[in-house]
Amino acid sequence: MSAVLNDVTVPAGPAAPVADAGRLRLDHLDTLESEAIHIFREVAAEFERPVLLFSGGKDSVVMLHLAAKAFWPAPVPFTLLHVDTGHNFPEVLDYRDRTVARLGARLEVARVQDYIDDGRLSERTDGTRNPLQTQPLLDAIVEHRFDAVFGGARRDEEKARAKERIFSLRDEFGAWDPRNQRPELWNLYNGKHRPGEHVRVFPLSNWTELDIWRYIARERVELPELYYAHEREVFRRDGMWLAVGPWSQPREHEEVVTRQVRYRTVGDMSCTGAVESDAVSVDDVVVEVAATRLTERGATRADDRISEAAMEDRKKEGYF
Amino acid sequence: MGAPTLLRLATAGSVDDGKSTLVGRLLHDSKSVLADQLDAVERVSRDRGLAHADLALLTDGLRAEREQGITIDVAYRYFATADRSFILADCPGHVQYTRNTVTGASTADAVVLLVDARKGVLEQTRRHLAVAALLRVPHVVVAVNKIDLVGFDADVYARVSADLAAVASDLGLPDLRTVPVSALEGDNVVDRSTRTDWYAGPSLLEVLETLPVAEDPGTEELRFPVQLTLRPQDAARDAAHREYRGYAGQIAAGVVRVGDEVVVLPSGRRTTVAGIDTADGELTEAFAPMSVALRLADDIDVARGDLIAAAAQAPEPTRDLVATLCWLSDVPLSKKSRMLLKHTTRTTRTVVGAVDGVLDLDSVQVVPGDDLQLNDIGRVRLRTAEPIVAEPYARHRRTGAFLLIDSQSGQTLAAGMIGDPLAGKAEHADDWDI
Repeated sequence: MSAVLNDVTVPAGPAAPVADAGRLRLDHLDTLESEAIHIFREVAAEFERPVLLFSGGKDSVVMLHLAAKAFWPAPVPFTLLHVDTGHNFPEVLDYRDRTVARLGARLEVARVQDYIDDGRLSERTDGTRNPLQTQPLLDAIVEHRFDAVFGGARRDEEKARAKERIFSLRDEFGAWDPRNQRPELWNLYNGKHRPGEHVRVFPLSNWTELDIWRYIARERVELPELYYAHEREVFRRDGMWLAVGPWSQPREHEEVVTRQVRYRTVGDMSCTGAVESDAVSVDDVVVEVAATRLTERGATRADDRISEAAMEDRKKEGYF
Repeated sequence: MGAPTLLRLATAGSVDDGKSTLVGRLLHDSKSVLADQLDAVERVSRDRGLAHADLALLTDGLRAEREQGITIDVAYRYFATADRSFILADCPGHVQYTRNTVTGASTADAVVLLVDARKGVLEQTRRHLAVAALLRVPHVVVAVNKIDLVGFDADVYARVSADLAAVASDLGLPDLRTVPVSALEGDNVVDRSTRTDWYAGPSLLEVLETLPVAEDPGTEELRFPVQLTLRPQDAARDAAHREYRGYAGQIAAGVVRVGDEVVVLPSGRRTTVAGIDTADGELTEAFAPMSVALRLADDIDVARGDLIAAAAQAPEPTRDLVATLCWLSDVPLSKKSRMLLKHTTRTTRTVVGAVDGVLDLDSVQVVPGDDLQLNDIGRVRLRTAEPIVAEPYARHRRTGAFLLIDSQSGQTLAAGMIGDPLAGKAEHADDWDI
């Protein structure tokens, strides 16, 4: 029996009982996995129309992998939704489509480009489209009447996210009210909501970046290649290496060089930075992440550096 | 030690005990704060004219918290050592945020409580210890903080420790330990201090690294709340699974083995476990808190909300409950009539028959009262529309807990515990027997 998401057969690795002086206990990755599976099953049982946000980024890939395990041998009972900035890394889109085809899943795509083309949104002066995803996301939720939206956000990513619940209520405007959150007790999740409201669900809340990578290594989860070290034409901006591509061209004094890099996060290509790395395998990445001295957002996201509360402000408006 | 384990912590303390500083210190000295986070803290500290980096800024995540310099809501932090990963629920200290302490303590393996060495055991300290006892948190570790401000005086520490031991004994707390620390200067937080030579014990982090994790499932009876039925039928990706029927859930307590005789509650039907499945393969044995799917030998009616339990020690379903509530809503209990009760995976309508009294956290006595306000803890009698498998919270933390939910707004109104979790210590359990 193999873990369902992969072409590679997973070496049989059921959560192995660990002997601890005669005690039965789970190690920390098994504990996190079990918690996430419990969350997926609660949502499947209590909501009418859940959707799973899937971008092809590593956190959404792990989330989908866990969902597949939660419902095995039944298929994942959710639609997938990609909010597409239009500023994609081609290999990530390619990975997304292959994964969806392999799972036989249904994918909806909400395109920021459509909104810009018909004038509902306009391009920002800094060129980044990450914040522009909020409106297409909220519209897709209304259009498809999604009542639960799985996101791959982790509390260790950012300090506003550290305040987030696992089940997080959004009002009819999609807004998050951080000062009026429901208390979350034991593992009894309250998913009650009124018509028009929905619940964001974060099964990876308690995972750290290192947990994600250790789990990817353990489960042999396939990722888009750009998460591993490769040669790429890049230029320096705001202290980050940006890839030369259709949406990110060097300005006059920015010199293009070829560097061995990898990506720690995947987002809008125009503002997602690469890090110099020689981690070509998943095991190399685990070692690298364990030793890193910078947070993944600090190292790779220009848009999160705008202010101390940039994420809090975006989340209040309904961002992921 | 083998593979690293996970320990869930909740902090508690009064205002200005230095709790955020202690958490910041734990993160910083265990090398869990990364360079860009520290840069941000140093920059903001400088902007505010502070002489040192204010480590409390590491944990206050909301704009309003940073502006007001207080912690409003629970924040979750993550750090790890070689042997253990920690999830830390950092809970605000203000009295009016007792509901946050209840929230943090509900999932905690250990509470880290701060006490100011100069002030000793305060009313708020007693309240936090009472909440830890009520929620049956297995361990309490008290950081006796600001030990530098009492000149590293062994007598002060001994006095505070003795007072804490007395309160712990009153409350029936199973395990309370103390460590003299200075969060500001780092003494005994991660590294042992050279300035407390009268203290031979471990640092706070060393204590946290060696606490036993949760209960041993091998000593508990099986409790398996059914979340949903896995029945792929024609949607099965593998034709061999078209007839598959498994009951998915997370084991709440105990161990299950293939061939075990089990009872499905509330129906009371008995059967045996035919198989234990995960996406990674079949198991012969599984234990709490694993998520699995059980196949049963007989074709009996099983659905979400049912509890599969060891046949030998099956609990009794009931519609009448005696329970302890922590009231979490601004609107008092008396104004709420239509409520939902969520217990394991079953949600049913409920009415409160009577409020028998309110717990005075300072004296830990039940005093007369007929209503519950925000942050009140009270004893009530409930009746449910459907039977639930009620077990005393004192013995079953997972299957003894429930939520009360407003059926109109959907808000969580109360944290509920079946029976009287504090009864054991006073030997009046009979009054609350269920």
